[in-house]
Amino acid sequence: MELTRRDALAALTGTVVAGSAGALTWDRLDENGESSERPTGETLTALAEAVYPSAVENVGEFVETYVVGRASERPEYERGVAETAALVEAYAVDWFDAPVPELAREERDQLLRQLGTQTADPDPDGTDAERVRYYIVNELQYALYTSPTGGELVGIDNPQGHGGGTESYRRGPER
Amino acid sequence: MSADETEESEQDRTPSDRVDVCVVGAGPAGGLVAHRLADRGHDVVVLEAGPRFDPADRLERMERAIRPIHGDDEVWEMSGPRDEFTTPGELFYPLNVARVKGVGGSTLHWQGMVMRLHESDFERRSRDGVADDWPIAYGDLRPYYAEAESALGVAGASDNPFAPPREEPHPLPAFEPSHSDSLFAEACERVGVTTHAVPNARNSEPYDDRSACVGYGTCKPVCPSGAKYTAESHVEKAEEAGARVLDRVPVQRLEHDSAGERVEAAVYATSDGEEHRQEARAFALACGGVENPRLLLLSESEQYPDGLANSSGLVGRHFMEHLFAGMGGTLERRTRQNHVGFITSESHQFYDDPGAGAEGTESSVPPSDDDLGPLKLEFLNYAGPSPVETALSAETWGDDLLPQLREGYGNHVAMGALVGQLPRAENRITLDPETTDDHGNPVPAIYWRIDDRTKRTLARANEIQRTILESLGVDIEWTVGPDNTGPAYHHMGTTRMGTDPESSVVDPQLRTHDLSNLWIPSSSAFVTSGAMNPTLTIAALALRVADDLDSRL
Repeated sequence: MELTRRDALAALTGTVVAGSAGALTWDRLDENGESSERPTGETLTALAEAVYPSAVENVGEFVETYVVGRASERPEYERGVAETAALVEAYAVDWFDAPVPELAREERDQLLRQLGTQTADPDPDGTDAERVRYYIVNELQYALYTSPTGGELVGIDNPQGHGGGTESYRRGPER
Repeated sequence: MSADETEESEQDRTPSDRVDVCVVGAGPAGGLVAHRLADRGHDVVVLEAGPRFDPADRLERMERAIRPIHGDDEVWEMSGPRDEFTTPGELFYPLNVARVKGVGGSTLHWQGMVMRLHESDFERRSRDGVADDWPIAYGDLRPYYAEAESALGVAGASDNPFAPPREEPHPLPAFEPSHSDSLFAEACERVGVTTHAVPNARNSEPYDDRSACVGYGTCKPVCPSGAKYTAESHVEKAEEAGARVLDRVPVQRLEHDSAGERVEAAVYATSDGEEHRQEARAFALACGGVENPRLLLLSESEQYPDGLANSSGLVGRHFMEHLFAGMGGTLERRTRQNHVGFITSESHQFYDDPGAGAEGTESSVPPSDDDLGPLKLEFLNYAGPSPVETALSAETWGDDLLPQLREGYGNHVAMGALVGQLPRAENRITLDPETTDDHGNPVPAIYWRIDDRTKRTLARANEIQRTILESLGVDIEWTVGPDNTGPAYHHMGTTRMGTDPESSVVDPQLRTHDLSNLWIPSSSAFVTSGAMNPTLTIAALALRVADDLDSRL
């Protein structure tokens, strides 16, 4: 199931990007990144491929549009996500001797689990695992499952958090 | 994004010269009173304890509501020393998720269901021999109900055969029934229960410069689109009509004249620690069913050693809530839940006669001889887990998570019900001198328990729900009933209305018996609770108070 730019804009809930939709590229984050030699976008895209179901396609553009859209409106988020991506990179090099984008999908999954992310409470000011849960895993999950395509993946065409109108709730499942 | 953390505006928070009316509280009652009076040329000041929340932050607040890091009391910043409370009564009461302080008040996080009380609610003593009659009848409020529906922008239909009489249609067309409503309607027909539309203070089409609902699905606790009515609307209208609105100015006490007959000033605090006196010819206390009595009790004086307007000793007493009864489970078919965050079908069939039986095409609801109170039945559109919320709390991701989400979503249904409790003097809001707020004031202490009649009615609601769900073929997985019920966050009864100053706090016009220039437009004036969501009645009472005040100023 292919994620689209429209999905990313929908997950951004439509207001963030009205005037800046053309400029939502990693350049912005990478130029402003302060904590890593690795471009933040590459790290986030690689992690998203592990966090998202394999049935999802076009992860790179979706994550780029979403994350950069968020960052363009929220400096605190931008700083947090860049620092947390750098933090995960440091673990990757320590534990797997390679940066995240060069790890196999299974290794990225393992990296996140070794961090303790799966049971960590999301907290932007917490432990490493809690920050990864907040800034990476839950950010990416929020983006996916509040988007129309992410909702369709589960079986709901107007998921909570998406303003998909007042027609879908009236339809039966037979459509 | 915290409103408290954002830099306070440079707004001048010094008092105005003596005004016509000082309104305390900027929720629906305060907003409507302020707007109507300002619109009629009166000089009005509104004092609000909480902040003015920036509408541009609504999407972020919606995210707070969905993401698991945030508690229920964080969406609207209800916590901390400002909002301390204690619950020494039999039951814990979760006050800080039951209200919002700020411009808009609790309409910021409400569900938006707006029903009129029934004629029977005003005559509980006459009809059932319990509680008391109101000193006013449905007919006294009827024109104000219509005005309130226009003011709030109610989407509704005239298809409810159990509703009290009305002549005019709702201002907006009702939201169409959901897919699961149609499943319920069939099951209800089989057991003899009639369903009908829900009046919603939520735009089904653009109204009053607000957009139509776009289905974010997070109505409670936050509507990002502005389609759901909040009292911010009337606070802004009041300002446009000339009213002055001060936020972040918690009123500390009301001060009266030397004779103890009139309120002279509302003393409020500002963030710099200063206190100011806002003088007015008349005062409208509109802080809700908890803070209204608290403020009166905090305003004790030599003449009123037990609290202002409390010659009866009843300020804070007869606290009432609506209790929730519910039941839900799964079906072997798709039910399409969680597309929207509001309800589109209800049944008020058992409101006036909760013990009545019903006979359907295939089965029946058995009658009951128990002594019961009114109840209403709701058919939910948000049963079962929301996939995004499940994903955010899951202990896995990727290909492991997706099957869990698919399995967990799609075939849930649920019913709710509201049951009103009887007014009992021991259920009360008082002050806890052992605990103080950020200004050193004793916090509200809530004494609350549930009476046997209410418990019987909850059991009756469960009995009807079970009949319907079994007819639908639901595998019932959970029940909320008499032993595990919870409040619907409707605060009522703590400055009750009546003609006798010995047994009530305010008169039928909602003016206090003790002080001739103090009105309390609020659910705190309710004599009985009914089982309908209270805000439309609050709005109707507020408009009626505004007319009364207008005629006297």
